[in-house]
Amino acid sequence: MPDKKPISSVNDFVVRFANVNGSGSASANEMFARAILRHGVPVSPRNIFPSNIQGLPTWYEVRVTEAGHLGARGGVDMMVAMNPQTWDKDVAGIEPGGYLFYDSTKPMPSTKFRDDITVIGVPLTAITNSTYTDPRQRQLFKNIIYLGALSALLDMDPKLIEQLIGEQYKGKEKLLSSNVHALHLGRDWALQNLKCPIGLRVKKSDKVGDRIFIEGNSAAALGAVYGGATVCAWYPITPSSSVAEAFTAHCKKYRHDPETGKAKYAIVQGEDELASIGIVIGASWNGARAFTATSGPGISLMTEFIGLSYFAEIPAVIMNIQRAGPSTGMPTRTQQCDIIACAYASHGDTKHVLLFPEDPAEAFEFAAAAFDLADRLQTTIFLMLDLDIGMNHRLCRPLKWDDARQYDRGKIMTAEMLEEGRDFGRYLDVDGDGIPYRTYPGTHPTKGSYFTRGTSRDRYARYSEEGTVYADNMQRLVRKFETAQDLVPRPLQANAERPTKYGVIYFGSTSPAMDEAIGLLEARGHQLDRLRIRAFPFHSSVASFLAEHDFVYVVEQNRDSQLRQLIVNENGIDPVRLVPIVHYDGTPITARFIAKTIGDHQDHLKVTPLRKAVS
Amino acid sequence: MTYIAKPKFHHPGLKKNELGYTHRDYEGKISTLCAGCGHDSITASIIEACYELSIEPHRVAKISGIGCSSKTPDYFLGNSHGFNSVHGRMPSVLTGANLANRDLIYLGVSGDGDSASIGFGQFAHSIRRGVNMTYIVENNGVYGLTKGQFSATADRGSKSKKGVTNTDNAIDLVAIALQLGATFVARSFSGDKAQLVPLIAAAIRHKGASFIDVISPCIAFNNHAGSTKSFDYVREHNDAVNRLDVLVSRDPIAVDYAPGTVQVVEQHDGSKVALRKIDADYDPHDRLGAQTFLARHAAKGQIVTGLLYVDPDAEDLHEHLNTVETPLNTLEADTLCPGSAVLDKINASLR
Repeated sequence: MPDKKPISSVNDFVVRFANVNGSGSASANEMFARAILRHGVPVSPRNIFPSNIQGLPTWYEVRVTEAGHLGARGGVDMMVAMNPQTWDKDVAGIEPGGYLFYDSTKPMPSTKFRDDITVIGVPLTAITNSTYTDPRQRQLFKNIIYLGALSALLDMDPKLIEQLIGEQYKGKEKLLSSNVHALHLGRDWALQNLKCPIGLRVKKSDKVGDRIFIEGNSAAALGAVYGGATVCAWYPITPSSSVAEAFTAHCKKYRHDPETGKAKYAIVQGEDELASIGIVIGASWNGARAFTATSGPGISLMTEFIGLSYFAEIPAVIMNIQRAGPSTGMPTRTQQCDIIACAYASHGDTKHVLLFPEDPAEAFEFAAAAFDLADRLQTTIFLMLDLDIGMNHRLCRPLKWDDARQYDRGKIMTAEMLEEGRDFGRYLDVDGDGIPYRTYPGTHPTKGSYFTRGTSRDRYARYSEEGTVYADNMQRLVRKFETAQDLVPRPLQANAERPTKYGVIYFGSTSPAMDEAIGLLEARGHQLDRLRIRAFPFHSSVASFLAEHDFVYVVEQNRDSQLRQLIVNENGIDPVRLVPIVHYDGTPITARFIAKTIGDHQDHLKVTPLRKAVS
Repeated sequence: MTYIAKPKFHHPGLKKNELGYTHRDYEGKISTLCAGCGHDSITASIIEACYELSIEPHRVAKISGIGCSSKTPDYFLGNSHGFNSVHGRMPSVLTGANLANRDLIYLGVSGDGDSASIGFGQFAHSIRRGVNMTYIVENNGVYGLTKGQFSATADRGSKSKKGVTNTDNAIDLVAIALQLGATFVARSFSGDKAQLVPLIAAAIRHKGASFIDVISPCIAFNNHAGSTKSFDYVREHNDAVNRLDVLVSRDPIAVDYAPGTVQVVEQHDGSKVALRKIDADYDPHDRLGAQTFLARHAAKGQIVTGLLYVDPDAEDLHEHLNTVETPLNTLEADTLCPGSAVLDKINASLR
């Protein structure tokens, strides 16, 4: 017996699987997460993987959370240690009173364990080897066997796992039955040889509701399909590649003409990020909805074109699935570190629209909206995801679409309008919103053509190096950016129960951890109003929020507090009133971290009156 | 300067093409290039070819990068949309434009700095993808706008105006285009309009990646003794393999050539290219033969011009991608959006 009381918890614990990448464990681990969902209990899984294909350590963490806290929690209650390479670190990472599950086929010296945890050995290799002869089968079924053993230990309903296996191998009878067999091999061994269940248990509940379980990248790609993207050009880069791959898969299903079989889309894998954004710019210039998906290094390469998009006013949608930078940085770790790089991308005076979805549901909505915004504003729209949202399955509300919705193509001057004698100046602000009309190439035999260029020109697109003409155009671009403020998703505010002079601003994937942290902070007696920023340029309500609070914490996942910099810069705010709360080690931010950091700050801010202290 | 307006009036008796357009309808703004620049002759040849083909001027999209050559799209086809994009990136912009609307004619204009140096990669990849376009490089072996630095097509041993000898090997874009699978490859000389106009016309009619390398002497920085891209040098070393006519169900384009053997190549769209062969052995359907021929003559210091290779049954990127006939830029929500019922099913599959 461990010298610390074993953790006892129903529907609220963290299981971490330590595997070797390339061992086929991912699908078994994902099935574990899905099986818990089928019990009606929310889960939040995360892949922690190296920039490598085979042989290096990888982890899969499942937070089981009846309360629905979908951020990373921190700490591990049960470690499924399947990787000898990382054994010591994995064992050390278990919470006191936690559980260690391991393959006990080969005896381990007692020094390899800890006294304050419960050690559960299952001879996985022995069971596997006595049942299977094929090495690949041994490898794959070993994963299902540990899944079976865990189902017994955690008191899970095996029928629900069988159901999942049935769905996965529908029509492949042989695979289906052999997987179910492997599941029961593990489960039966555990039931016969171990004390089941342990202190951690899964109990059926009804907290999942109609929510769906989807990766942000897939949802964003689906948003592009629904938003009418017809051209996608991309260059492979982690963690964004699965956006283009998902877009390809979705298009194959939903975008082929039923009669001719022909594709209502074009996807090109570019030779690099320069070509990818070039293709997007060319297609958008010609009136198609086009996008690329990339990550930090790709953004760096694309900046010259982004400047062209801003200055020549060509729509483009760039999905930036952020990872830890700078340079190659940590390609498989998450951060929100490209805020400044994207907001002001390119040389000269530029500003760009950024959208910050918090989860896959918003990734879908904002992706579709990005195409309307790009056409309306005739400029680049960044969809700022990150690895945490993009590459992990996240429980979120179902995706919704209004069938009455039409695409907003923005201000397009048609052949009819030109025939009517409408004055066409490509850079002429006729409505006072800074947005000019454009024509698609090939519109009219004698009217409406113009020359697009990155050089300065007048309101009628005629080349000009006159200072006043240049400044007139640059001022109009500022007006256009002001117009954007009211078109982009607005910030969402949630106030504390009692009036408070403290606020917190956050965005994107920090959302679930922040929501949970609020509860923890309240328990410590700290009241905070919250503002979730969903886009740049900032809506006027951001300035109001800042004005209403003495101190505002800005929580973000980068070193330099980039959103805070942007707020200070764009709103002319005294930086002292904005307290940076930064988390940037490449792991997703946790509620524990936020609550502790803000809580400690709050404690410092609470100055005890002198008289009271003396008396 | 491009802001100088060009008078629109013209002689009432000016010849009209099939669509009723005169030459003037294919012109653009007044050139701002140096007087005598080879590029202006190429501009004139593009105007002539488009007039002869009776192309609706607004159905052409003219796209370029940055440099002297890339400025020229402003000087022809004033009723076409033009796009002076980013240095070396014309091919990707053109590829995207082409994907958005397969019904327009795409004319890519670039230079040797734009295509052989900064944009070498994009040049290569647009060719290997088979983008349906006419890709013209106005090749003068020198950076004109920045005043006379060598470009990557300058021959080894050639001299700059300041007397510096180039020690780097030259890139032959024609040889590369052949190797990468361009389905129409030609070289010409800006001073030989009789050869160039029908080549441009045939390239426009060709469905697939057409590439024309046009040697175009830079009058300001690369037209001196010691240069291998000067008027004199190119005239002396030019070895034309053929001359051609383009027949578009009407009178062949009148060209000024010496009669020889004739070979007719029928293009995918039904138009015909009549090759007047100067070199009796030259076979423009033999890619490998063309590569060898080119290399052999280059070794002798000869510049081979003419239609070097053509595949009349070429496929383009749209065929590779199996895209719909309707231009993608005309599709709306009713055909692009799968709708809420499908989304409900997707939601159900994610539980």
